[in-house]
Amino acid sequence: MGKFLRSIFLVDLLQGLWVTFRNQNPKYIYTEQYPAERPQVAERYRGAPRLNINPENGETLCIACNLCALACPENLIVVGSERNETTRRKELTTFTYDLSRCMFCGLCEDACPVDALELTQDFELASYTREGAIWDRQMLEEGPRPTQYAS
Amino acid sequence: MPESTFLDSSELVLNMGPQHPSTHGVLRVILKLDGEKVMGTECVIGYLHRGVEKIGENRTYQQFAPYVDRMDYVAAVSNGLGYCLAVEKLISAEAPPRAQAVRVILTELNRIASHLLWLGTHALDIGAITPVFYCFREREEVLKIFENYCGARLTTHAFRIGGLQYETYDGFEEQVKAFSNLFLPKVDEYEELLTNNRIWVSRLKGVGILSVEECKEYGVTGPVLRAAGLAWDLRRAQPYSGYDQYEFDIPTGTSGDTYDRYLVRIEEMRQSVRIIRQAVDRLPSGPVMGKVPKALKPPVGEVYVSIEAPKGELGYFLVSDGSLQPYRVRVRPPSLVNLQALDRMVRGGLVADVVAIIGTLDIVLGEVDR
Repeated sequence: MGKFLRSIFLVDLLQGLWVTFRNQNPKYIYTEQYPAERPQVAERYRGAPRLNINPENGETLCIACNLCALACPENLIVVGSERNETTRRKELTTFTYDLSRCMFCGLCEDACPVDALELTQDFELASYTREGAIWDRQMLEEGPRPTQYAS
Repeated sequence: MPESTFLDSSELVLNMGPQHPSTHGVLRVILKLDGEKVMGTECVIGYLHRGVEKIGENRTYQQFAPYVDRMDYVAAVSNGLGYCLAVEKLISAEAPPRAQAVRVILTELNRIASHLLWLGTHALDIGAITPVFYCFREREEVLKIFENYCGARLTTHAFRIGGLQYETYDGFEEQVKAFSNLFLPKVDEYEELLTNNRIWVSRLKGVGILSVEECKEYGVTGPVLRAAGLAWDLRRAQPYSGYDQYEFDIPTGTSGDTYDRYLVRIEEMRQSVRIIRQAVDRLPSGPVMGKVPKALKPPVGEVYVSIEAPKGELGYFLVSDGSLQPYRVRVRPPSLVNLQALDRMVRGGLVADVVAIIGTLDIVLGEVDR
């Protein structure tokens, strides 16, 4: 008898729908309107790499020690350096970072002894060509400039 | 009725997958059908083979750690824990107590995330569309904790050999506590949607029964084994990473059918919350990274370390020849071993049950094919 009444009055269906409608409250809306609404990524987010420069004199912090290139599992970092004859120190000339092979594991960042290489919060890394994903020193220092589609 | 009617003239061979959405990736199952009845199956795997074990032989021990996250990508933290524990055993190092506690918190959170994804997709396969949105809503909270902790949401690379790379962030304990308080009522909500749902029960009860003996024969572990009735959990049987300090129950089923596996996983989520609460309350202070040399050269030898991953026993077998790179890396993935029981479970069932059984095995093809 109870089973019959349950099926007549659609109790199971209403029970299910009650849970559904309970969650229509606007404070439970989770969808982000992406291009208009910028997502807030975490502080430690591992995104686009950046080669930090000293803000006081604009020189690179990188000491061309090559540790990041050794730490990288994919061997995608190439550090070019030459010895400065006057100061007898290695100086950075080129720095190539192949983002198309990067898996953002953060090992290069961990290996850097002077915090020059850093994975930043930039996450818009698309490019129209494969070559565009290979970043040179200038790109790494200045950062990508994605087109802003929303103010 | 005579045997030779035109209806049973031949058995029908049907390819299910590799693009079938309910095979959870790229699993191809060749079904031999008699009408709607499954007479036999054959699994074709390897569509997602990336040679992870071979990659391990060509990387240093630290460099291989990000790759293990990509095997079982819905439970990346568990993979990382297993690998780190294996290398730590090889070099006879141990993570500091604080690192172990944080590891337990993150692995249990990952177990919840993995089970949530399983529950959502499994219900979706059966035809219940609603639970997947509920599950992903809570999974999002877990992924936010991962993102805040280590900067990545899915392939986290959260653990390093010897401990942790990152100290916990400000507000970590509060966020984890808030999640554990928020989560338990949500589990009741999933149960409200499914447990007594008539369609759900009739689709799952008595489907894909696997007894304890059969589980042992096939080497099936994890929730599938526990649903059959054996309380075998590596967190209890051979505690690692300080699991012996936490109180938790091992949920078991009785009949070993798909419905029991559902109940076991639901209960496991509650037990994970229990472990997380204990771990957060007793989070010790201290360093998070042990003394491990940057250029890691373990002594010659071999180790096998297994942990209780969300899907079952996840084992790592490492052979060291004393150089910077492992001589051999072998992974015992729970998904691959559990998948072997598929044929036994679906034989004699209906085609619709195949979908339910693949879902209940909780396989991830990234781990099956590696």
